[in-house]
Amino acid sequence: MKISSLFSSSGEWARDGGPHHQIVISSRVRLARNLRGHPFPGWAKKNDRLQILELIKPQVEALPEMEDALSSYLQELSALEKQALVERHLISREHAAKGAGSAVVVDQKQALSIMINEEDHLRMQVLLPGLQLRNAFKALDKVDTTLETKLDYAFHPHLGYLTACPTNVGTGMRASAMVHLPGLVLSDQINPVIQAINKIGLAVRGLYGEGTEAMGNLFQISNQITLGEPEEEIISQLNKVIEKIIENEENARQVLLQKKPGTLLDNIGRGFGILSHAYAMTSKEALNLLSFLKLGVDIGFFPPDRQKDIDDLFVITQPAHLQSIASQPKLDPEGRDTLRAQIIREKLRAFPNPDTSKVVLPSPPTGETHHE
Amino acid sequence: MVCDVCKANQATVFLTQIVEGKMQKVNLCESCSKEKGVTDPLSFALVDLLPGLGAEQPVEKGAPLPRCPSCGFTQADFKKTGRLGCPVCYDTFAEGLGGLLKAMHRRTTHAGKIPARLKRSIEMGARVKQLKRDLDKAVLEENYENAANLRDQLRELEQTK
Ligand SMILES: [Zn+2]
Ligand SMILES: [Zn+2]
Repeated sequence: MKISSLFSSSGEWARDGGPHHQIVISSRVRLARNLRGHPFPGWAKKNDRLQILELIKPQVEALPEMEDALSSYLQELSALEKQALVERHLISREHAAKGAGSAVVVDQKQALSIMINEEDHLRMQVLLPGLQLRNAFKALDKVDTTLETKLDYAFHPHLGYLTACPTNVGTGMRASAMVHLPGLVLSDQINPVIQAINKIGLAVRGLYGEGTEAMGNLFQISNQITLGEPEEEIISQLNKVIEKIIENEENARQVLLQKKPGTLLDNIGRGFGILSHAYAMTSKEALNLLSFLKLGVDIGFFPPDRQKDIDDLFVITQPAHLQSIASQPKLDPEGRDTLRAQIIREKLRAFPNPDTSKVVLPSPPTGETHHE
Repeated sequence: MVCDVCKANQATVFLTQIVEGKMQKVNLCESCSKEKGVTDPLSFALVDLLPGLGAEQPVEKGAPLPRCPSCGFTQADFKKTGRLGCPVCYDTFAEGLGGLLKAMHRRTTHAGKIPARLKRSIEMGARVKQLKRDLDKAVLEENYENAANLRDQLRELEQTK
Protein backbone atom coordinates (compact mmCIF):
# COMPACT_ATOMS: atom_id res chain seq x y z
CA MET A 1 0.00 0.00 0.00
CA LYS A 2 1.21 3.49 -0.83
CA ILE A 3 1.02 6.38 1.57
CA SER A 4 -1.06 8.33 -0.96
CA SER A 5 -3.89 5.82 -0.72
CA LEU A 6 -4.08 6.62 2.98
CA PHE A 7 -5.54 10.01 2.16
CA SER A 8 -8.10 8.75 -0.34
CA SER A 9 -9.42 5.75 1.56
CA SER A 10 -11.00 6.25 4.91
CA GLY A 11 -9.98 3.96 7.72
CA GLU A 12 -12.05 1.06 8.92
CA TRP A 13 -13.52 3.16 11.69
CA ALA A 14 -14.76 5.88 9.35
CA ARG A 15 -16.48 3.43 7.05
CA ASP A 16 -18.52 1.49 9.55
CA GLY A 17 -19.75 3.03 12.76
CA GLY A 18 -19.46 -0.05 14.99
CA PRO A 19 -21.43 -0.83 18.16
CA HIS A 20 -22.72 2.22 20.09
CA HIS A 21 -21.24 4.41 17.34
CA GLN A 22 -23.60 7.28 18.13
CA ILE A 23 -21.67 7.96 21.30
CA VAL A 24 -18.45 5.95 21.04
CA ILE A 25 -16.44 7.06 18.01
CA SER A 26 -13.61 4.58 18.34
CA SER A 27 -11.85 2.11 20.62
CA ARG A 28 -8.10 1.76 20.77
CA VAL A 29 -5.77 -0.65 22.53
CA ARG A 30 -2.01 -0.19 22.56
CA LEU A 31 0.77 -2.52 23.71
CA ALA A 32 4.35 -1.45 24.42
CA ARG A 33 7.10 -4.05 23.97
CA ASN A 34 10.89 -3.98 24.05
CA LEU A 35 13.69 -6.36 23.11
CA ARG A 36 15.91 -7.95 25.72
CA GLY A 37 19.54 -6.87 25.69
CA HIS A 38 18.99 -3.57 23.87
CA PRO A 39 18.75 -0.03 25.24
CA PHE A 40 15.35 1.70 24.93
CA PRO A 41 15.07 3.97 21.85
CA GLY A 42 15.44 7.21 23.80
CA TRP A 43 18.75 6.10 25.32
CA ALA A 44 20.06 4.03 22.40
CA LYS A 45 22.79 5.38 20.13
CA LYS A 46 21.84 5.83 16.51
CA ASN A 47 23.60 2.60 15.48
CA ASP A 48 21.75 0.65 18.18
CA ARG A 49 18.46 2.07 16.97
CA LEU A 50 19.19 1.13 13.36
CA GLN A 51 20.13 -2.38 14.43
CA ILE A 52 16.97 -2.79 16.52
CA LEU A 53 14.88 -1.45 13.65
CA GLU A 54 16.28 -4.04 11.24
CA LEU A 55 15.60 -6.80 13.78
CA ILE A 56 11.97 -5.81 14.21
CA LYS A 57 10.77 -4.41 10.88
CA PRO A 58 11.01 -7.65 8.82
CA GLN A 59 9.12 -9.56 11.53
CA VAL A 60 6.35 -6.97 11.61
CA GLU A 61 6.09 -6.93 7.82
CA ALA A 62 5.86 -10.73 7.81
CA LEU A 63 2.76 -10.75 10.02
CA PRO A 64 -0.23 -12.21 8.17
CA GLU A 65 -2.21 -9.15 9.30
CA MET A 66 0.30 -6.92 7.51
CA GLU A 67 -0.23 -8.23 4.00
CA ASP A 68 -0.16 -5.26 1.58
CA ALA A 69 0.60 -2.97 4.49
CA LEU A 70 2.03 0.49 4.36
CA SER A 71 5.56 0.15 5.68
CA SER A 72 7.79 3.14 5.86
CA TYR A 73 10.92 4.47 7.50
CA LEU A 74 10.09 7.76 9.15
CA GLN A 75 12.68 9.66 7.09
CA GLU A 76 10.86 8.55 3.94
CA LEU A 77 7.68 10.36 4.94
CA SER A 78 7.05 14.05 4.31
CA ALA A 79 5.96 16.29 7.16
CA LEU A 80 2.50 16.34 5.60
CA GLU A 81 2.23 12.55 5.42
CA LYS A 82 3.34 12.24 9.03
CA GLN A 83 0.75 14.83 10.08
CA ALA A 84 -1.97 12.93 8.20
CA LEU A 85 -1.03 9.74 10.05
CA VAL A 86 -1.33 11.67 13.32
CA GLU A 87 -4.75 13.03 12.32
CA ARG A 88 -5.86 9.46 11.69
CA HIS A 89 -4.49 8.43 15.10
CA LEU A 90 -2.20 5.92 13.38
CA ILE A 91 1.01 7.35 14.83
CA SER A 92 1.66 9.57 17.83
CA ARG A 93 2.88 13.15 17.60
CA GLU A 94 6.06 11.99 19.27
CA HIS A 95 6.62 9.41 16.55
CA ALA A 96 5.91 11.95 13.81
CA ALA A 97 8.84 13.97 15.14
CA LYS A 98 11.23 11.04 14.59
CA GLY A 99 13.56 10.59 11.62
CA ALA A 100 16.07 7.88 10.70
CA GLY A 101 16.04 4.89 13.03
CA SER A 102 12.25 4.65 13.33
CA ALA A 103 9.50 3.16 11.18
CA VAL A 104 5.76 2.68 10.97
CA VAL A 105 3.75 -0.21 9.54
CA VAL A 106 -0.01 0.19 9.00
CA ASP A 107 -2.29 -2.59 7.79
CA GLN A 108 -4.55 -2.11 4.80
CA LYS A 109 -7.69 -1.60 6.86
CA GLN A 110 -5.90 1.07 8.88
CA ALA A 111 -6.95 -0.78 12.02
CA LEU A 112 -3.56 -2.16 13.08
CA SER A 113 -0.55 0.11 13.28
CA ILE A 114 2.88 -0.65 14.63
CA MET A 115 5.42 2.02 15.46
CA ILE A 116 9.03 0.86 15.69
CA ASN A 117 11.39 2.81 17.94
CA GLU A 118 8.89 5.26 19.30
CA GLU A 119 9.41 5.58 23.07
CA ASP A 120 9.59 1.77 23.19
CA HIS A 121 11.00 -0.60 20.56
CA LEU A 122 7.45 -1.58 19.64
CA ARG A 123 4.25 0.35 20.07
CA MET A 124 1.41 -1.61 18.51
CA GLN A 125 -2.20 -0.54 18.41
CA VAL A 126 -5.56 -1.64 17.08
CA LEU A 127 -8.11 1.09 16.42
CA LEU A 128 -11.71 0.03 15.76
CA PRO A 129 -14.96 1.96 15.24
CA GLY A 130 -17.50 2.18 18.05
CA LEU A 131 -17.23 0.40 21.38
CA GLN A 132 -15.04 -2.61 20.60
CA LEU A 133 -12.39 -2.62 23.28
CA ARG A 134 -12.53 -6.40 23.66
CA ASN A 135 -12.24 -7.01 19.91
CA ALA A 136 -9.39 -4.54 19.65
CA PHE A 137 -7.57 -6.26 22.51
CA LYS A 138 -8.15 -9.73 21.05
CA ALA A 139 -6.83 -8.71 17.64
CA LEU A 140 -3.77 -7.04 19.12
CA ASP A 141 -3.08 -9.89 21.55
CA LYS A 142 -2.96 -12.26 18.59
CA VAL A 143 -0.39 -10.09 16.82
CA ASP A 144 1.65 -9.90 20.01
CA THR A 145 1.53 -13.68 20.47
CA THR A 146 2.88 -14.16 16.94
CA LEU A 147 5.63 -11.59 17.43
CA GLU A 148 6.80 -13.03 20.75
CA THR A 149 7.87 -16.22 18.94
CA LYS A 150 10.08 -14.18 16.58
CA LEU A 151 11.38 -11.49 18.91
CA ASP A 152 13.02 -11.83 22.31
CA TYR A 153 10.89 -9.55 24.46
CA ALA A 154 12.22 -7.96 27.63
CA PHE A 155 10.07 -9.60 30.31
CA HIS A 156 10.62 -9.55 34.06
CA PRO A 157 9.18 -12.34 36.24
CA HIS A 158 7.72 -9.82 38.73
CA LEU A 159 7.32 -6.65 36.72
CA GLY A 160 6.08 -8.12 33.45
CA TYR A 161 6.82 -6.37 30.17
CA LEU A 162 9.57 -3.80 30.69
CA THR A 163 9.04 -0.38 29.15
CA ALA A 164 11.10 2.79 28.84
CA CYS A 165 8.70 4.62 31.14
CA PRO A 166 7.71 2.97 34.44
CA THR A 167 4.14 4.20 33.93
CA ASN A 168 3.71 1.52 31.25
CA VAL A 169 5.46 -1.42 32.90
CA GLY A 170 3.52 -4.64 33.51
CA THR A 171 1.03 -5.21 30.75
CA GLY A 172 2.41 -2.34 28.65
CA MET A 173 -1.22 -1.81 27.75
CA ARG A 174 -3.20 1.38 27.33
CA ALA A 175 -6.83 1.03 26.28
CA SER A 176 -8.96 4.03 25.38
CA ALA A 177 -12.30 4.99 23.93
CA MET A 178 -13.16 8.23 22.15
CA VAL A 179 -16.62 9.37 23.19
CA HIS A 180 -18.91 12.10 21.84
CA LEU A 181 -20.73 13.76 24.74
CA PRO A 182 -22.66 16.84 23.53
CA GLY A 183 -25.59 16.04 25.82
CA LEU A 184 -23.46 16.08 28.96
CA VAL A 185 -21.65 19.25 27.84
CA LEU A 186 -24.85 21.13 26.92
CA SER A 187 -26.48 20.21 30.21
CA ASP A 188 -23.41 21.23 32.26
CA GLN A 189 -22.91 17.73 33.62
CA ILE A 190 -19.57 17.03 31.99
CA ASN A 191 -17.31 18.21 34.83
CA PRO A 192 -18.77 15.99 37.55
CA VAL A 193 -18.70 13.08 35.11
CA ILE A 194 -15.02 13.70 34.33
CA GLN A 195 -14.23 14.00 38.03
CA ALA A 196 -15.97 10.70 38.75
CA ILE A 197 -13.97 9.01 35.99
CA ASN A 198 -10.73 10.48 37.32
CA LYS A 199 -11.56 9.26 40.78
CA ILE A 200 -11.47 5.62 39.69
CA GLY A 201 -8.02 6.02 38.17
CA LEU A 202 -8.91 6.60 34.52
CA ALA A 203 -7.61 9.54 32.48
CA VAL A 204 -9.85 11.87 30.48
CA ARG A 205 -8.50 13.99 27.65
CA GLY A 206 -9.75 16.02 24.72
CA LEU A 207 -9.51 15.00 21.09
CA TYR A 208 -6.38 15.19 18.94
CA GLY A 209 -4.24 16.14 21.93
CA GLU A 210 -5.09 19.81 21.51
CA GLY A 211 -8.55 19.22 22.90
CA THR A 212 -10.33 22.07 24.53
CA GLU A 213 -13.27 21.17 26.70
CA ALA A 214 -15.73 22.22 24.03
CA MET A 215 -13.74 21.00 21.06
CA GLY A 216 -16.18 18.82 19.19
CA ASN A 217 -17.49 17.56 22.56
CA LEU A 218 -15.08 14.67 22.09
CA PHE A 219 -13.22 13.02 24.97
CA GLN A 220 -10.74 10.18 25.27
CA ILE A 221 -10.97 7.94 28.30
CA SER A 222 -8.12 5.56 29.10
CA ASN A 223 -6.64 3.37 31.85
CA GLN A 224 -3.62 4.66 33.73
CA ILE A 225 -2.60 1.61 35.74
CA THR A 226 -0.64 -1.08 33.87
CA LEU A 227 0.90 -3.12 36.68
CA GLY A 228 -0.85 -5.67 38.85
CA GLU A 229 -4.05 -6.21 36.90
CA PRO A 230 -4.58 -8.71 34.08
CA GLU A 231 -5.28 -7.21 30.63
CA GLU A 232 -8.81 -8.61 30.47
CA GLU A 233 -9.68 -7.02 33.79
CA ILE A 234 -8.43 -3.60 32.72
CA ILE A 235 -10.40 -3.83 29.48
CA SER A 236 -13.52 -5.00 31.22
CA GLN A 237 -13.37 -2.24 33.83
CA LEU A 238 -12.92 0.41 31.14
CA ASN A 239 -15.73 -1.13 29.15
CA LYS A 240 -18.04 -0.93 32.15
CA VAL A 241 -17.20 2.73 32.65
CA ILE A 242 -17.82 3.54 28.99
CA GLU A 243 -21.19 1.77 29.12
CA LYS A 244 -22.10 3.88 32.11
CA ILE A 245 -21.05 7.03 30.26
CA ILE A 246 -23.19 6.02 27.27
CA GLU A 247 -26.12 5.69 29.65
CA ASN A 248 -25.41 9.12 31.17
CA GLU A 249 -25.10 10.74 27.76
CA GLU A 250 -28.33 9.13 26.52
CA ASN A 251 -30.15 10.33 29.62
CA ALA A 252 -28.77 13.83 29.20
CA ARG A 253 -29.99 13.93 25.58
CA GLN A 254 -33.44 12.70 26.61
CA VAL A 255 -33.73 15.32 29.32
CA LEU A 256 -32.59 18.06 26.94
CA LEU A 257 -35.08 16.97 24.30
CA GLN A 258 -37.80 16.97 26.84
CA LYS A 259 -37.04 20.06 28.86
CA LYS A 260 -35.21 22.29 26.40
CA PRO A 261 -36.07 21.03 22.92
CA GLY A 262 -35.88 24.61 21.60
CA THR A 263 -32.32 25.15 22.80
CA LEU A 264 -31.18 21.80 21.49
CA LEU A 265 -32.73 22.20 18.03
CA ASP A 266 -31.51 25.80 17.89
CA ASN A 267 -27.91 24.65 18.46
CA ILE A 268 -28.17 22.04 15.73
CA GLY A 269 -30.02 24.32 13.30
CA ARG A 270 -27.59 27.20 13.79
CA GLY A 271 -24.67 24.82 13.38
CA PHE A 272 -26.13 23.61 10.12
CA GLY A 273 -26.77 27.19 8.98
CA ILE A 274 -23.23 28.37 9.68
CA LEU A 275 -21.57 25.27 8.22
CA SER A 276 -23.73 25.53 5.08
CA HIS A 277 -22.97 29.19 4.43
CA ALA A 278 -19.60 30.08 5.94
CA TYR A 279 -16.66 31.10 3.75
CA ALA A 280 -13.97 30.78 6.42
CA MET A 281 -13.92 28.16 9.12
CA THR A 282 -11.22 27.32 11.67
CA SER A 283 -10.66 23.70 12.55
CA LYS A 284 -11.92 24.32 16.07
CA GLU A 285 -15.17 25.95 14.91
CA ALA A 286 -15.70 23.17 12.39
CA LEU A 287 -15.28 20.48 15.04
CA ASN A 288 -17.69 22.19 17.42
CA LEU A 289 -20.39 22.70 14.79
CA LEU A 290 -19.93 19.25 13.24
CA SER A 291 -20.51 17.86 16.71
CA PHE A 292 -23.99 19.41 16.70
CA LEU A 293 -24.66 18.02 13.23
CA LYS A 294 -23.67 14.57 14.43
CA LEU A 295 -26.06 14.98 17.34
CA GLY A 296 -28.69 16.08 14.79
CA VAL A 297 -28.37 12.76 12.97
CA ASP A 298 -28.51 10.85 16.26
CA ILE A 299 -31.84 12.42 17.26
CA GLY A 300 -33.46 12.21 13.81
CA PHE A 301 -33.12 15.87 12.80
CA PHE A 302 -31.17 14.65 9.74
CA PRO A 303 -31.63 11.27 8.03
CA PRO A 304 -29.30 8.50 9.31
CA ASP A 305 -27.55 8.10 5.94
CA ARG A 306 -25.91 11.51 6.49
CA GLN A 307 -23.81 10.09 9.32
CA LYS A 308 -20.98 9.09 7.01
CA ASP A 309 -20.67 12.58 5.46
CA ILE A 310 -20.26 14.07 8.91
CA ASP A 311 -17.74 11.45 10.01
CA ASP A 312 -15.76 12.11 6.81
CA LEU A 313 -15.80 15.85 7.47
CA PHE A 314 -14.36 15.32 10.95
CA VAL A 315 -11.29 13.77 9.29
CA ILE A 316 -10.83 15.70 6.04
CA THR A 317 -11.15 19.12 7.64
CA GLN A 318 -7.97 18.45 9.65
CA PRO A 319 -4.99 20.50 8.39
CA ALA A 320 -2.89 17.79 6.70
CA HIS A 321 -5.87 16.17 5.02
CA LEU A 322 -6.99 19.58 3.76
CA GLN A 323 -3.52 20.27 2.37
CA SER A 324 -3.56 16.95 0.53
CA ILE A 325 -6.63 18.00 -1.47
CA ALA A 326 -5.49 21.59 -1.99
CA SER A 327 -4.37 22.65 -5.48
CA GLN A 328 -1.87 25.07 -3.95
CA PRO A 329 1.42 23.62 -2.64
CA LYS A 330 1.43 25.23 0.79
CA LEU A 331 -1.73 26.63 2.30
CA ASP A 332 -1.46 29.31 4.97
CA PRO A 333 -3.96 29.14 7.85
CA GLU A 334 -6.24 31.59 6.06
CA GLY A 335 -6.17 29.50 2.90
CA ARG A 336 -6.95 26.42 4.97
CA ASP A 337 -9.93 28.11 6.61
CA THR A 338 -11.30 29.10 3.19
CA LEU A 339 -10.82 25.63 1.74
CA ARG A 340 -12.28 24.00 4.84
CA ALA A 341 -15.43 26.14 4.57
CA GLN A 342 -15.72 25.34 0.87
CA ILE A 343 -15.47 21.57 1.37
CA ILE A 344 -18.04 21.67 4.15
CA ARG A 345 -20.46 23.81 2.07
CA GLU A 346 -20.21 21.39 -0.84
CA LYS A 347 -20.76 18.34 1.32
CA LEU A 348 -23.76 19.88 3.09
CA ARG A 349 -25.45 20.89 -0.17
CA ALA A 350 -26.61 17.27 -0.41
CA PHE A 351 -28.27 17.52 3.01
CA PRO A 352 -32.07 17.78 3.14
CA ASN A 353 -33.56 20.58 5.22
CA PRO A 354 -33.73 19.57 8.88
CA ASP A 355 -36.99 17.85 9.66
CA THR A 356 -38.23 18.47 13.19
CA SER A 357 -41.15 16.10 12.69
CA LYS A 358 -38.63 13.22 12.59
CA VAL A 359 -37.21 14.13 15.98
CA VAL A 360 -38.38 11.53 18.43
CA LEU A 361 -39.47 13.27 21.60
CA PRO A 362 -39.16 11.00 24.59
CA SER A 363 -42.13 10.18 26.73
CA PRO A 364 -41.78 11.76 30.15
CA PRO A 365 -39.71 9.66 32.55
CA THR A 366 -41.85 7.45 34.72
CA GLY A 367 -40.54 9.06 37.88
CA GLU A 368 -42.36 12.30 37.10
CA THR A 369 -45.77 10.87 36.36
CA HIS A 370 -45.71 8.72 39.40
CA HIS A 371 -48.17 9.76 42.11
CA GLU A 372 -47.91 8.87 45.74
CA MET B 1 -12.25 25.25 36.05
CA VAL B 2 -8.96 27.18 36.10
CA CYS B 3 -5.60 25.70 35.06
CA ASP B 4 -3.58 24.52 38.08
CA VAL B 5 -0.27 25.58 36.57
CA CYS B 6 -0.80 29.11 35.24
CA LYS B 7 -3.95 29.82 37.31
CA ALA B 8 -5.19 31.95 34.43
CA ASN B 9 -6.55 29.95 31.51
CA GLN B 10 -9.56 27.70 31.39
CA ALA B 11 -8.50 24.10 32.14
CA THR B 12 -9.22 21.67 29.34
CA VAL B 13 -7.06 18.68 30.20
CA PHE B 14 -7.95 16.69 33.28
CA LEU B 15 -5.52 14.21 34.73
CA THR B 16 -5.14 12.16 37.82
CA GLN B 17 -1.60 11.79 39.02
CA ILE B 18 0.01 10.30 42.02
CA VAL B 19 2.38 12.43 44.03
CA GLU B 20 4.26 10.84 46.89
CA GLY B 21 1.75 8.04 47.02
CA LYS B 22 -1.26 10.36 47.17
CA MET B 23 -3.73 10.74 44.33
CA GLN B 24 -3.93 14.26 43.03
CA LYS B 25 -6.10 15.76 40.34
CA VAL B 26 -4.44 18.13 37.96
CA ASN B 27 -6.31 20.40 35.61
CA LEU B 28 -4.29 21.96 32.84
CA CYS B 29 -5.01 24.48 30.14
CA GLU B 30 -4.20 23.95 26.49
CA SER B 31 -0.83 25.69 26.51
CA CYS B 32 0.37 24.34 29.86
CA SER B 33 -0.52 20.78 28.84
CA LYS B 34 1.52 21.28 25.68
CA GLU B 35 4.40 22.71 27.63
CA LYS B 36 4.32 19.70 29.95
CA GLY B 37 4.34 17.44 26.94
CA VAL B 38 0.89 16.01 27.58
CA THR B 39 -0.15 15.51 23.99
CA ASP B 40 -1.53 12.03 23.82
CA PRO B 41 -3.00 10.04 26.70
CA LEU B 42 -1.62 6.89 25.20
CA SER B 43 1.95 8.04 25.36
CA PHE B 44 1.52 10.37 28.25
CA ALA B 45 3.91 9.73 31.08
CA LEU B 46 3.04 10.62 34.63
CA VAL B 47 6.67 11.26 35.48
CA ASP B 48 6.73 14.23 33.10
CA LEU B 49 4.45 16.03 35.47
CA LEU B 50 6.26 15.09 38.60
CA PRO B 51 9.12 17.45 39.21
CA GLY B 52 11.92 16.03 41.28
CA LEU B 53 11.08 12.41 40.63
CA GLY B 54 13.93 10.31 41.94
CA ALA B 55 15.35 13.27 43.81
CA GLU B 56 13.74 11.99 46.98
CA GLN B 57 15.84 8.87 46.96
CA PRO B 58 18.76 9.57 49.28
CA VAL B 59 22.16 9.08 47.78
CA GLU B 60 24.71 8.14 50.39
CA LYS B 61 27.57 10.56 50.65
CA GLY B 62 30.71 9.25 49.11
CA ALA B 63 29.03 6.16 47.69
CA PRO B 64 29.48 5.83 43.95
CA LEU B 65 26.37 6.70 41.98
CA PRO B 66 24.70 3.52 40.80
CA ARG B 67 25.17 3.09 37.10
CA CYS B 68 23.41 0.45 35.01
CA PRO B 69 26.05 -2.17 34.11
CA SER B 70 24.26 -2.87 30.87
CA CYS B 71 23.63 0.60 29.45
CA GLY B 72 25.47 3.12 31.66
CA PHE B 73 22.29 4.88 32.72
CA THR B 74 22.28 6.75 36.06
CA GLN B 75 19.66 8.03 38.45
CA ALA B 76 20.44 11.56 37.29
CA ASP B 77 19.53 10.53 33.74
CA PHE B 78 16.20 9.24 35.00
CA LYS B 79 15.56 12.49 36.79
CA LYS B 80 16.19 14.34 33.56
CA THR B 81 14.19 12.19 31.14
CA GLY B 82 11.65 10.29 33.24
CA ARG B 83 12.55 7.23 31.16
CA LEU B 84 14.90 4.34 31.90
CA GLY B 85 17.87 3.34 29.74
CA CYS B 86 17.34 -0.36 29.15
CA PRO B 87 15.45 -3.39 30.52
CA VAL B 88 18.29 -4.15 32.99
CA CYS B 89 17.79 -0.70 34.56
CA TYR B 90 14.71 -2.13 36.30
CA ASP B 91 17.04 -4.38 38.34
CA THR B 92 19.80 -1.80 38.68
CA PHE B 93 17.44 0.78 40.17
CA ALA B 94 15.00 -1.71 41.71
CA GLU B 95 15.21 -0.15 45.15
CA GLY B 96 14.27 3.36 44.08
CA LEU B 97 11.73 2.17 41.56
CA GLY B 98 9.80 0.04 44.04
CA GLY B 99 8.12 2.93 45.81
CA LEU B 100 7.56 4.78 42.58
CA LEU B 101 5.83 1.82 40.95
CA LYS B 102 3.65 1.33 44.00
CA ALA B 103 2.62 4.98 43.92
CA MET B 104 1.84 4.82 40.22
CA HIS B 105 0.10 1.49 39.94
CA ARG B 106 -0.84 0.70 43.55
CA ARG B 107 0.46 -2.83 43.00
CA THR B 108 3.96 -4.03 42.26
CA THR B 109 3.61 -7.48 40.72
CA HIS B 110 2.59 -8.20 37.16
CA ALA B 111 -0.63 -10.22 36.91
CA GLY B 112 -1.16 -10.29 33.15
CA LYS B 113 0.15 -12.00 30.06
CA ILE B 114 3.40 -13.98 30.11
CA PRO B 115 5.25 -14.86 26.88
CA ALA B 116 4.61 -18.54 26.15
CA ARG B 117 8.29 -19.47 26.09
CA LEU B 118 8.76 -18.08 29.63
CA LYS B 119 5.49 -19.26 31.05
CA ARG B 120 6.70 -22.66 32.20
CA SER B 121 9.87 -21.47 33.90
CA ILE B 122 8.18 -18.48 35.54
CA GLU B 123 5.32 -20.57 36.89
CA MET B 124 7.78 -23.21 38.04
CA GLY B 125 9.89 -20.55 39.76
CA ALA B 126 6.83 -19.30 41.61
CA ARG B 127 5.91 -22.86 42.59
CA VAL B 128 9.40 -23.58 43.94
CA LYS B 129 9.32 -20.37 45.94
CA GLN B 130 5.96 -21.28 47.46
CA LEU B 131 7.11 -24.82 48.33
CA LYS B 132 10.23 -23.45 50.01
CA ARG B 133 8.10 -21.09 52.09
CA ASP B 134 5.77 -23.94 53.08
CA LEU B 135 8.75 -26.10 53.93
CA ASP B 136 10.28 -23.48 56.24
CA LYS B 137 6.95 -23.10 57.94
CA ALA B 138 6.54 -26.87 58.38
CA VAL B 139 10.02 -27.16 59.88
CA LEU B 140 9.33 -24.25 62.23
CA GLU B 141 6.12 -25.87 63.34
CA GLU B 142 7.99 -29.17 63.74
CA ASN B 143 5.54 -30.78 61.35
CA TYR B 144 8.18 -33.20 60.03
CA GLU B 145 5.87 -35.46 58.11
CA ASN B 146 4.63 -32.55 56.08
CA ALA B 147 8.17 -31.20 55.70
CA ALA B 148 9.44 -34.48 54.27
CA ASN B 149 6.58 -34.47 51.82
CA LEU B 150 7.32 -30.92 50.73
CA ARG B 151 11.03 -31.71 50.38
CA ASP B 152 10.19 -34.57 48.05
CA GLN B 153 8.01 -32.31 45.92
CA LEU B 154 10.75 -29.71 45.74
CA ARG B 155 13.36 -32.26 44.73
CA GLU B 156 11.09 -33.59 42.03
CA LEU B 157 10.42 -30.10 40.65
CA GLU B 158 14.09 -29.20 40.62
CA GLN B 159 14.93 -32.36 38.73
CA THR B 160 12.46 -31.61 35.95
CA LYS B 161 13.83 -28.07 35.56
ZN1 LIG C 1 -2.21 26.96 32.18
ZN1 LIG D 1 20.20 0.00 31.76
